[in-house]
Amino acid sequence: MSAHAPSGPVDPADAKVAPKPALRRYHAARWDESLIFEQSTPGQRGVLPPALDAGIAESVGDATASLPPALRRQKPPALPELGQQAVLRHYLRLSQENLGADLNIDVGQGTCTMKYSPKVNDQLIRSHKLARLHPGQHDDTTQGVLEILWRMEKMLAEISGMDRVTLQPGAGSAAIWTNVAMIRAYHASRGESHRDQVITTIFSHPSNAACAKTAGYEVITLYPDADGYPDLEALKAAVSDRTAALLITNPEDTGIFNPRIKEFVDVVHSVGGLACYDQANANGILGITRARDAGFDLCHFNLHKTFSTPHACGGPAAGACGVTGALAPFLPSPTVEFDGERYFLDHDRPESIGKVRPYTGVAPNIVRAYSWIMSLGAEGLREVAEIAVLNNNYLLTEMLKIPGVSAPYAKGKRRIEQVRYSWEELAGETGVHSEDIGLRAADYGVHYWTSHHPYLVPEPATLEPTESYSKADLDEYVAIMRAVAEEARTDPETVRTAPHRSSVHRNREAALDDPNVWAVTWRAYRRKVLDAS
Amino acid sequence: MEHPYIPNSAPRVKAEMLAAVGAADIEEFYADIPESLRLRRPLDLPAPMRGEADLVRHVEGLLDRNTSTRDALSFLGGGSYAHHVPAVCDEVNSRSEFLTAYAGEPYEDHGRFQALWEYQGLMGELLEMDVVNVPTYDGFQAVATALRMAGRVTGRTRVALATPIDPALRSKLDDYLRGAMTIGGPLEGDDLAAVYTAYPTYLGVVDPKTPEYVAAAHAAGAVAVVGCDPIGLGVLAPPSSFGADIVCGDIQPLGIHPHFGGGHAGYIATRDEQRFVQEFPSRLFGIVPTAVEGEYGFGDVYYDRTSFALREEGKEWVGTAAALWGITAGVYLSLMGPAGMAELGEGLMARCRYLMDALASVPGIEVLDAGVPHLKEFAVRYTGKTAAEVDDALRDRGIHGGVVLSKTFPELGESALYCVTELHTQADLDRLAAELKEILA
Repeated sequence: MSAHAPSGPVDPADAKVAPKPALRRYHAARWDESLIFEQSTPGQRGVLPPALDAGIAESVGDATASLPPALRRQKPPALPELGQQAVLRHYLRLSQENLGADLNIDVGQGTCTMKYSPKVNDQLIRSHKLARLHPGQHDDTTQGVLEILWRMEKMLAEISGMDRVTLQPGAGSAAIWTNVAMIRAYHASRGESHRDQVITTIFSHPSNAACAKTAGYEVITLYPDADGYPDLEALKAAVSDRTAALLITNPEDTGIFNPRIKEFVDVVHSVGGLACYDQANANGILGITRARDAGFDLCHFNLHKTFSTPHACGGPAAGACGVTGALAPFLPSPTVEFDGERYFLDHDRPESIGKVRPYTGVAPNIVRAYSWIMSLGAEGLREVAEIAVLNNNYLLTEMLKIPGVSAPYAKGKRRIEQVRYSWEELAGETGVHSEDIGLRAADYGVHYWTSHHPYLVPEPATLEPTESYSKADLDEYVAIMRAVAEEARTDPETVRTAPHRSSVHRNREAALDDPNVWAVTWRAYRRKVLDAS
Repeated sequence: MEHPYIPNSAPRVKAEMLAAVGAADIEEFYADIPESLRLRRPLDLPAPMRGEADLVRHVEGLLDRNTSTRDALSFLGGGSYAHHVPAVCDEVNSRSEFLTAYAGEPYEDHGRFQALWEYQGLMGELLEMDVVNVPTYDGFQAVATALRMAGRVTGRTRVALATPIDPALRSKLDDYLRGAMTIGGPLEGDDLAAVYTAYPTYLGVVDPKTPEYVAAAHAAGAVAVVGCDPIGLGVLAPPSSFGADIVCGDIQPLGIHPHFGGGHAGYIATRDEQRFVQEFPSRLFGIVPTAVEGEYGFGDVYYDRTSFALREEGKEWVGTAAALWGITAGVYLSLMGPAGMAELGEGLMARCRYLMDALASVPGIEVLDAGVPHLKEFAVRYTGKTAAEVDDALRDRGIHGGVVLSKTFPELGESALYCVTELHTQADLDRLAAELKEILA
């Protein structure tokens, strides 16, 4: 501490810290970090493998000598060589250059339910009792985790109304695939493999269409009617004895609950098709309404959305598929069963679609989601839904006060979990696009997303506040949106060239789509770009 | 109900917000849901744990009933591996900024883009291939997608298997390839889309004929797909060196705990040829300049082939998968470096050979394929007892024995697959041999 020479009395006004400005003067960490490949110093070591016991070495000599020359690596891999602290520091700097949900008012990634992931659940799953549990162990040594899987299935069955639930899929799209595979197996078991069409809606996640296509189905996509609901008349025109299933979301990305959903299900059932409910975003209806009650045969949840597990930069996540008894024989293998005394894995399931993933699923996320439900209970889940919906409608009210933004469809209606907004008016007025608004929002320390393609709603933005954010958080997010919209009018260049206070500036993207220079690896970059320029 | 995870559950805030939106109560928001679809009773769920400490006691109490691979000496492998996880791996993947991020842009989430691009590059060096994907869910998905890529590249529909594969992987392939491709038959023919070779095989063998399988694929005009455990590539030749076109597998061994099956992530690697690149469903991150000189930027390469861009017109489908494990494997390879990977591979092969020799001397055990090289796993046949009996006896003695193969590979008889890692000491291996000797006596 440096010594201060006494400078006499200070006026209290000079000792006072001025109030904070209305918006944070945020700036992201900017380490200007080089690539790890550029930080290599030959001979440095980051971690050492355990020494080989002398007795082993003496007994077997050089075990690699048994390899035929063609299978013996001739040249060491050109991995970088760094000391341990240098590796740690590099990745910590990169982590600081990553906003993440914990530091962010993460309402801008609508449809993804960016809720708080409780830290206690992260601590629980780090125990060696789970982390270092091998999935091939005998059931007698895994009774604890099997009980959690079993209990979790029961809880999700109650929440969805379904008879059985599998926790095997690795994430939401894998769960959609699993449902499509079960639909295919169900029809095959009834000699109805001629059903070769799957119907979905444009406001359902792209994976509904893509998984169906991958499984061999022709995809029919329904567009919204004038009010934003999936078009029931279009569905009636589309169904036939070729219909295998309807894959539909409710509410869709617009956040509008489709009150005629039961009719959609009935139309598909009337031709012998199955109805499958994409419940990736079930957050707003927990304990309010259930897939089974609308007549659905299958549904799926994303445990990393509604059930709070962290999104991990894009996984590992976890998916869960619920089915009626008629579909249960086709669930992935194994199932988790309980005979009254012990829990066990049942692999003897002749009609099962088999494996969609190794073993029984992403156990750490299943345990996290179990803990989350156990922290809330039935009343708590209901509170989650109600506050998520309250937050969403509050955000809607406040957002619509910003000139230039609108919420297409169903004017005056309440929304459930999220809203797809449109900046069409602002873009027309200023030439600033929704993408630009998102990049400028990063300068204020928040994330913002447009929407899935295609942009049926022009200049889209999709906001989903969940139950996790306080009123003050929502007010701050709206203030940022308002400020950026104002900038678009007064200083559009600043918005169009954003970000300015992020870790890096705007990409010169052309190389990403040119096969001659795109570089997915360091070796490709050396060869195609460095050596060629 | 006021709850720590739900700040606006405080009654005053709730009332204030309802007033702001002009709603009398929350029920108003659900007005569009028909009464016939409303659940008018509380969900039938267990009573919640009120306090955080109560929750910890409950969940830890359940997990404590597990016997982990730290609690008991383990020789389990077969697709999930309890290798050492360096502390820095767990430190980085526990960072809140990485753990909680999702789909941010390359700006506010610059760090994950760079970390995942570097992961691709580190795997590229290990595999000596120019294109590596952002991880897919797991090794099973990686193999399944690699084979469908081969089908699209060749316009053909049959996959031939050159080596034994994990029966669970076979189950995955049966589901994922159904209707699009068939599995089986000879390593030749003009219907052949791909030859799939596991390297090492499911039974742990580093098959000396592996380059011949690759050559057979090429002779038939098919794609050579090699499934490879990357942990061995410090000593084993990368499949690209003998001509593999697509290399794929699971990165779980690279610094990721087994997590009871939660530690998986799949990689797919190819040469940088458009006919392969255009068939990837996964995201591929690329490096570009930014508006500022000397600054690295990152973004999606050739995005208009994904289902994110094109829905059902994209290649298969892409979604949230296993990015954090990709970052973790990158940390692992950065820590290990070329010397670490070489020493690790040498140590695995030495321990594996030592245990093979030790078990070969136990009466009642026959080591299978003992004459060919193995990386870290090998199969044994028991002659005196069933594999299940041996497994039970080992468990009674505090050992997780090898994966029992009797049902999945009946042709091998009463058999099991043993796995070593770098964590096994000579004493551990000698102990296993001694216990088996007693059990089989």
